[in-house]
Amino acid sequence: MIEFQDLQKAFDGKPVLQGLSLKVRDAETVVIIGYSGTGKSVALKHIVGLLHPDAGDVIVDGQAVSTLDRDGLTELRRGIGYVFQFAALFDSLTVADNVALGLKRRGLDDEEIEERVLEALALVDLSGSGDRMPAELSGGMRKRVGIARAIALRPRYILYDEPTTGLDPVTSAVIDRLMVRTREHLGVTGVVVTHDMRSAYTIGDRIAMLFEGRIRQVGSVAEIQRTEDPVVRQFIEGRAE
Amino acid sequence: MIESIGRRSISAIEEVGRVGYFLRDMARGLRDVGTWGGLVLLQMRRVGVDSLPVALFIAAFTGVVLALQASYTFTGAVPLYFVGTLVGKTMMLELGPVLAGLALAGRVGASMAAELGTMKVTEQVDALETLAYDPQSYLVVPRVIAGTLMFPVIVAFAVATGITTGWLTSLVLLDLSTPDFLKGLKLFYVFKDVWFGLLKSATFGFTITLVGCIEGLSTRGGAEGVGRSTTRAVVYSAILILVLDAFLAVVLL
Repeated sequence: MIEFQDLQKAFDGKPVLQGLSLKVRDAETVVIIGYSGTGKSVALKHIVGLLHPDAGDVIVDGQAVSTLDRDGLTELRRGIGYVFQFAALFDSLTVADNVALGLKRRGLDDEEIEERVLEALALVDLSGSGDRMPAELSGGMRKRVGIARAIALRPRYILYDEPTTGLDPVTSAVIDRLMVRTREHLGVTGVVVTHDMRSAYTIGDRIAMLFEGRIRQVGSVAEIQRTEDPVVRQFIEGRAE
Repeated sequence: MIESIGRRSISAIEEVGRVGYFLRDMARGLRDVGTWGGLVLLQMRRVGVDSLPVALFIAAFTGVVLALQASYTFTGAVPLYFVGTLVGKTMMLELGPVLAGLALAGRVGASMAAELGTMKVTEQVDALETLAYDPQSYLVVPRVIAGTLMFPVIVAFAVATGITTGWLTSLVLLDLSTPDFLKGLKLFYVFKDVWFGLLKSATFGFTITLVGCIEGLSTRGGAEGVGRSTTRAVVYSAILILVLDAFLAVVLL
């Protein structure tokens, strides 16, 4: 289980997270929605210790992330797959090497690494693209490689940072289907950060809206769709006022 | 005025602290031999083999100029075979390491700062961390080790090239025979000339790659940030090379 406990973070004196509290139960997918710049990605980065909180903490499987030393963080990260907003593929490595990199770190033998790379690329419909370089891929393909890199690790948790941002509607739907398929095949717990409501409704078991540094409302997809909270309503309907 | 001096002093102290923390983290990264061990050779090729043509080009013309200027200065007053002495000593002790260092600060330091800076702003460094790698072990340690090991090799070739072109210039343009050039070359030669030059080169290699990595990994912002880091890496490396050059001369000569 992942639990945000009164998480607070400011950058250059400007508060971003102001007491974020949220529980993500095992095997569910929670989607965090919210306006751009409200700290959704910042919250996600606290889960893997890429950022250190000013106050509060994130508890993953009973461990307070901010108290872990580097070895502890390394151990924690072995169980978490992270899909970055712009995929963050290593430019100098082929697609297959990108997917294999995390597996090498886990000390698997070459045969198993190759097997897992092929399996992960097949799951994201990129079989046969292993030898291509990231620069040769479209935005959607890069995101799929990012997902393959995360799922090849067979993690307990997968964190998705804006997985459909900047993609056309059809490619977004492909990514959504892929995330659902990943959850069904691997039974992983997921945290997804997005402001794409169609994607949120498709992949989320629960949706939480982050507003002014705190969770404004959290509930099932149906509950969020029926909400009477004016801030949440305006956001999910995409109204200017 | 006082406020400005105070601000700059604090900023300088913070910078020293930042370098200190970076060195501590790099020392921690050294423990993970399994990660950096396999990457050092690749970096040695990139730092060493790929930089060699630039260093040799500079050294070749430096050798020519040194021979001509020595002969111009010595005319009538000092025996001409001292051209060999001046070319050899100057190339080994000073111009070989320093000119190669300055040139490679531009080539190697800038390329490392730009590469790591781009990785930083495109979240590739964060991605490495989430894959349970220590960026120090994966990115910094192999580059710094490669720089420290390969710079002396590059400089050794550069010095040999400079002396060779100095000798050819003496032979063709100065009417100095090969035995006379060699006589001058050997005249005040001591083994310290070689190790001092190579030690200096290793120090420059360490400094240039370290500064490139520090600036690259502290990049903020987008393309503009990468540009700023790259410029800073070249400027700081060049300044540090000249300061270290003077420091090592004072301490070791």
